[in-house]
Amino acid sequence: MNHTEAEPISEITWAGGPSPLAVNKKKLGMWLFLLSDSVTFSCLLIGYSYVRIASPDWPRPFEFYPAIVKATLLTAILLTSSLTMVLAVHAAHKKQRARAVKFILLTMVGGILFDIIHITEWINLIVNEHVTPFHNPWGSPLFGGAYFGLTGLHMLHVTIGVIYLGVMAWGFGTQRFAAEDVEVSGLYWHFVDLVWMFIFPLVYLINVVPK
Amino acid sequence: MSAPAHTVSEHAGTPHGFIRRYIFSTDHKVIGIQYWFLALTAVSVGMTLSWLFRTHLAWPQFVIPGFGGPMRPEQYLSLVTMHGTIMIFFVLTVAPQSGFGNYFLPIQIGADDMAFPRLNMLSFWITFAAFLVLMSAFFVPGGAPLGGWTSYPPLSAVGQIAGPGQGLGETLWVISIAMFCLASLLTALNFISTTIEMRAPGMSLMRMPLTVWAWFVTAVLGLLAFGVLLAACILLLLDRLASTSFFVPAGLVFNDSQPPLAHAGGSPLLWEHLFWFFGHPEVYIAIVPAMGITSHVLSNFSRKPVFGYKAMAYSLCAIGFLSFTVWGHHMFVSGMSPYSALAFSFLTLAIGVPSAIKTFNWLGTLWGGKIQFTTPMLFAIGFVSFFVTGGLSGLFLAQPSLDMPLHDTYFVIAHFHIVMGLAAMFGIFAGTYYWFPKMFGRRMNEKLGKTHFWISFVGAYLTFMPMHWMGIEGALRRYAGPGGLGFLERMAPIQHFITIAAFITGAVQLLFYFNFFWSLRHGEKVGENPWHATTLEWSIPSPPPHGNFLTAPRVYRGPYEYSVPGFTEDYVPQHLKPEEVAQATT
Repeated sequence: MNHTEAEPISEITWAGGPSPLAVNKKKLGMWLFLLSDSVTFSCLLIGYSYVRIASPDWPRPFEFYPAIVKATLLTAILLTSSLTMVLAVHAAHKKQRARAVKFILLTMVGGILFDIIHITEWINLIVNEHVTPFHNPWGSPLFGGAYFGLTGLHMLHVTIGVIYLGVMAWGFGTQRFAAEDVEVSGLYWHFVDLVWMFIFPLVYLINVVPK
Repeated sequence: MSAPAHTVSEHAGTPHGFIRRYIFSTDHKVIGIQYWFLALTAVSVGMTLSWLFRTHLAWPQFVIPGFGGPMRPEQYLSLVTMHGTIMIFFVLTVAPQSGFGNYFLPIQIGADDMAFPRLNMLSFWITFAAFLVLMSAFFVPGGAPLGGWTSYPPLSAVGQIAGPGQGLGETLWVISIAMFCLASLLTALNFISTTIEMRAPGMSLMRMPLTVWAWFVTAVLGLLAFGVLLAACILLLLDRLASTSFFVPAGLVFNDSQPPLAHAGGSPLLWEHLFWFFGHPEVYIAIVPAMGITSHVLSNFSRKPVFGYKAMAYSLCAIGFLSFTVWGHHMFVSGMSPYSALAFSFLTLAIGVPSAIKTFNWLGTLWGGKIQFTTPMLFAIGFVSFFVTGGLSGLFLAQPSLDMPLHDTYFVIAHFHIVMGLAAMFGIFAGTYYWFPKMFGRRMNEKLGKTHFWISFVGAYLTFMPMHWMGIEGALRRYAGPGGLGFLERMAPIQHFITIAAFITGAVQLLFYFNFFWSLRHGEKVGENPWHATTLEWSIPSPPPHGNFLTAPRVYRGPYEYSVPGFTEDYVPQHLKPEEVAQATT
C-alpha cells in the first residue's frame, strides 16, 4: 500500500471524485432550476399580494359554481397526475419500460386535460364576464393582470411539462433515457403541481364572492 | 514541459469543423472566451457612451457629430441608461463570472467540462441575443430608453408619454434584461452543479482555489437573484404590453393638457423592492469573482499561502448571505419606516465585517512575502485599493441620516463606480493578464501592461475622487446640465477636470487592446506554468486541449502551497504526488 492510497480522502463526503453527494448531475441541476423558478413564482405571488392589499376595491368575483368547482376539479386532476407520475418513476426504476411509458402518457393526459379545462375557464372570463388583463366589471383593474399573469405562467409550465414528458416517454420507451431521467422529469412535474397548490387558495379561494 | 501544438489540437473528442469548434461549441473554454469577447465588445460601447456624455457635461454647447446640435437632455439620459445597463449586465456580470468562471472553474477543480455543456452553450447564445436586443434599442423610433439602469416605474411602465425612448426602446430593454436573467440562471445552476459534482478526487471544499469559492458563491447569488428580476420584468412587460398597472399608481398626470392616465392600483415601490432585492446581490455578483481572482493572484506573486484561507472562504459566504438582506438601503428616501431603515442600516454596516476580514487577509498575504510586481499583481493590488476606497464611502451611504442628503448625488456615482466598477474592472484586468498565457499560450507584454496599470490607476482616481466633493455640495446625478442653478454652474471647472481625466484613462485602454491583440500573435511563448503557480490549471498545456486533462487529475493538498520549507522549489502544485514531494524535500 503506497502513500497515496493511505490518504483517507475518499471517505469525506465533500472530498471530490465521482458523485460526492450520490446525486447525479441532472437531478441536482433540476433541483437548482426549481429553486430559482420558485423564487420567480414567489415574487409574482408577493407582487400579487402587494397590489391586492393596496387596492381597497379588489374584486372577489368567484362563485362556487362554476369557478371554484372547476378550480377544484383542476386541483384533483393535477394531484392525480402527480400520482401517475410517481407510479411512472417507480415502474421506470423497476425497469418496467412499457408500464412506465403508460403512466407517463397518463400523466400527460392529466396535463392536457388541465390545460383544456383551464382554457375554457379563461374563455368564460374573457367572453362572458368581460375580464381582460387591464379591465374587469367588478373593481381594481389589476385583478385581470394578476389572474392571467399567474395562471398563465403556470399554464405555460404545465404545457412545457407535457412536452417534456412526451420527449421522456419517447426516449425512455426507445431506451435512449435512463430511469434517473424519468425521475428528474417527475421532479419538474411535482413542482408544477406544487405551484398550483399555492395558486388555488391565493388566486381562487380568497377571491370567492363574500356571503 | 508543454505538449507540442498538434497533439493538443488533435486530442481525442475534439469536435471537427470551424462552426462546431469555435461558434456553436460546447467546450467550456471556447464559451468562456466567447463571453470574454462579448464583454470586450460591450465595454467598448459602454466606454464610448461615457465619453459622449462626459463631453456634454464639460462642454454643453459642443456639437457631437450625429446628435443634430448640442446634446438634448433625453439624449443624455439615453446615454447614461445604456452605459449603466451595458456595463453592469454585459460587462461586470459577463466577464468575471461567465467568462473566466466558464474557462477556469472546471479546470481548477479537475473536471473535463461543465456539468451541462449544451446548456452552457444555450446560456451564451441567449446572452448574446440579449445584447443584440439591447443594442437594437439605439435604432428604433424614439431611440434608446432613458429610465436609468434601474428602470424605475412609473416612467418605465407607461410608454412613450414618459419620453421618446420609453416607447419601443424601453420594451426592448425589458425583453433584453429578461433574456439575460434567464441565461444567467442557467449559467448559475451549471456552475453550482459543476462545483458540487465534478471535483476531482482529493479536491475537497477546503482545497478549492478561492477563485472557485468566489464563482460558486456568485452562482448561488445569481440563482436566487435573477429569478426575482425575471419576475419583475414579466410584471413590467405586462404593464407595458397588456396595459396592467402593477407599477402605476392611480391618477398619474404627465402634463396639464392631458387627463390622468387610465391606470390604477399599482405602486412603483413594488418594482423598487423587487429590483433591489435582485440589485444588491447583483453588485456582489460583479465584485465577488474579482475578490477570488485577487486572492489567487496576490498569493501567487507574494509566494505565500493566502493568509486565513478559511476566513476568506467563509467571509465570501457571509458577504453572499448578507447581500440578500440589505436591499432597503437603496430605498431610504422612498418613505420607508425609520425602523426598517434602522434594520437595513445595521445589516449593511455588518457587511463591513467580512469585507474587512478580506481586506486584512489580503494585506496579511502581502506581508512578508517575496513580492513580484508583475502586471496581474499590480492590478490585484489596485483592486484592494479601490475596494477599500469605495467601501469606505459605502459606510457613509449605509446610514439613513447621511444617505438622505447624499442619495442620487455624484457621491453615490463615485461610491459605486470605485467599489463596483473600477474594483471589478481591475479584477478582470488582473485575471486577463494572469490567465492570458494559459488561454493563448503566450504572455502579454509586461511593459505595456505596467504602463496601462499606472495610468489607469491614477486616472481612475482622478476621475472619481472629485465626484465625492461634488456630491457633498449637492450635485445631483442624471442631470444633463446645471439648468441655470448657480451652485451647479460653479462646478464647471471640476466637470472639465473629470472629463479630461476620463478621456486620458479611457484612451490608455487602447494600449490594453493593442497589447492583447498584439500578444495573441507576437507575445513571448510560454510553457505550462509560467507563473510557477500551484493550482490545477497550471498542470496542463497552454492552451489546454479539449477535455483539459490528458490523465485524470488527483489532488493532494491545498491550493496555495507556496514557499514550503525544505522543498526544492518555492511552490508545491496541488497535483504533485506525496512521494514526489518527499523525494524533492531536504
